[in-house]
Amino acid sequence: MKSLKKEFPLHIMLIPGVIVTLIYAYGPMAGLVMAFQQFEPLSGFFKSDFVGLDNFRYVFNLPDFKQVLWNTLLIAVIKMVLSLLVPLILALLLNEITKKWFSGFVQSAIFLPFFLSWTVLGGVIIELFSLNGPINGLISSIGLEPIMFMLDNSWFRGIVIGSDVWKGMGYNMIIMLAAITGINGTLYEAAEVDGAGKWKQMLNITLPGIAPIIILLSVLGLGGILNAGFEQILIMYNPTVYAGADIIDTFVYRLGMFSQQFGPAAAVGLFKSIISLFMVSTTYYAAYKFNNYRIF
Amino acid sequence: MLHKQSFSRKIFVVFNVLLLSCITILGIIPFVHLLSVSLSSNTAAMAGEVKLWPVGFTWDAYVYLGEKVEFFRSLGVSIERVLLGSVINLLLVFITAFPLSKSNDQFKFRTVYVWIFAITMYFGGGLIPTYIIVKNTGLIDSIWALILPGALNVWNMVLMLNFFRNIPRELDEAATIDGAGHWRVLWQIYLPVSLPSIATIGLFTVVGHWNAWFDGILYLNSPERYPLQTYLSTLIMSLNAQMSSMSLEQLKVMENLSEKTIRTAQIFMGALPIMVVYPFLQRYFVKGMTVGSVKE
Repeated sequence: MKSLKKEFPLHIMLIPGVIVTLIYAYGPMAGLVMAFQQFEPLSGFFKSDFVGLDNFRYVFNLPDFKQVLWNTLLIAVIKMVLSLLVPLILALLLNEITKKWFSGFVQSAIFLPFFLSWTVLGGVIIELFSLNGPINGLISSIGLEPIMFMLDNSWFRGIVIGSDVWKGMGYNMIIMLAAITGINGTLYEAAEVDGAGKWKQMLNITLPGIAPIIILLSVLGLGGILNAGFEQILIMYNPTVYAGADIIDTFVYRLGMFSQQFGPAAAVGLFKSIISLFMVSTTYYAAYKFNNYRIF
Repeated sequence: MLHKQSFSRKIFVVFNVLLLSCITILGIIPFVHLLSVSLSSNTAAMAGEVKLWPVGFTWDAYVYLGEKVEFFRSLGVSIERVLLGSVINLLLVFITAFPLSKSNDQFKFRTVYVWIFAITMYFGGGLIPTYIIVKNTGLIDSIWALILPGALNVWNMVLMLNFFRNIPRELDEAATIDGAGHWRVLWQIYLPVSLPSIATIGLFTVVGHWNAWFDGILYLNSPERYPLQTYLSTLIMSLNAQMSSMSLEQLKVMENLSEKTIRTAQIFMGALPIMVVYPFLQRYFVKGMTVGSVKE
């Protein structure tokens, strides 16, 4: 009783956060029942008919769905691998720079796109790759035909992946660089005394030293395996490149918002949430095992 | 031997500096190009003559922008959103993180609350059910639709919580012995001590609100209420949709008709506030992230 009185203000502090979370995070979870309903907006959750797994069957049998799933996985996996590899290489290279001002300048430039929205970056990329844009200018200046990058399925996917790596590489690079700086300097001195060159030092000290952080980043990234970048693709794509760039999230968006097929859209959303939850919990467990990593 | 190694080392250093310079240029050059296009004459911009320097320098696009009602209206909405949203987000993060940073013997129900919040990081209702909840709570077409659903950012709360935990417990205990309640400890002891951390999270929050655009598309029906990034996204997406239904000849004509300089000027303005404050932000971000990764 006494502790209740003493802890009472702590409960009060949590009330606003809990209310917002219950309404806007748990409310939608309850709304997932519509995945099993023939949802009619006018009848609401309570009066719409239950149809069991029909929505799931309907969606999985849509001719586009396999393509969408494949696109999602392909784009997400390539993005994940590259957005670890590129920052790792950059961090290793940057670590070799002894001039502080140069290193700082490079970091700032690489980090900049991370802070800009996909509307701005999408606008920039569309401008760069447009028919009259500077990249096509370069191509035609060496005598080749201009390429319609944004309307060509084979190019578009590459641009999506490339621009995502470009936007995000600063962030992971800084994390890795911070980990490298955290490595005990005496290790390098000892290695030098033993005659190890810079290359050997990198292989035997730097890489093992930041291995935990790389494992951690990749393990956490796996949880978002079905997130191929909704905002980015929505702003950059167009109907011509649906075949190569439509992902689960954009598919759900069109299904729900434009064709008003709420039930099937929620079914795909639920499917994605379950896969993500599964991936997150297994990888989180793995991260805990490997690295003793806990968030709370 | 030593001499040979230092020679290859020299080659590496030169190569390294060159490569990193190229990557630095890659980070900045798209924005330089964007600015140049917006400062060029429309004919030069449309013909694709602009590379890195304005061709036919003119302020026209910006002068036109100065008279454009939509642009300023959406800029106003953005500022309102950033101010209102960031204050609410920070306040909620701050008062929610405090009770959760207590140990289990100080606050018995801690684990229950932690679970309530933690689950929402990994499992959500998805796009359509969330939309319906926002609609049912009557937020559609109001600025609150952009603020309330994300009012408590659980990830930021975890960052804050971890920061609180590093505050020496003696500080808290001494104040309690002197008769201070939880609220007093929160405002008079934790607040001043955690200003650096609040600054870091605050900057993340401000940038997040400034850059968000998709929730505007989703929850706002009238374009007069769009924040700047949402307004920009409609410009870009309508351009994409038009492009996809055109032949090569039509495309060339359309690119010539569209007001390219004005569009790029607007995109540039959308990025400008961040580019201006970015050099000041970056120190905080890097520092905050360094601290974070050292702790792990």
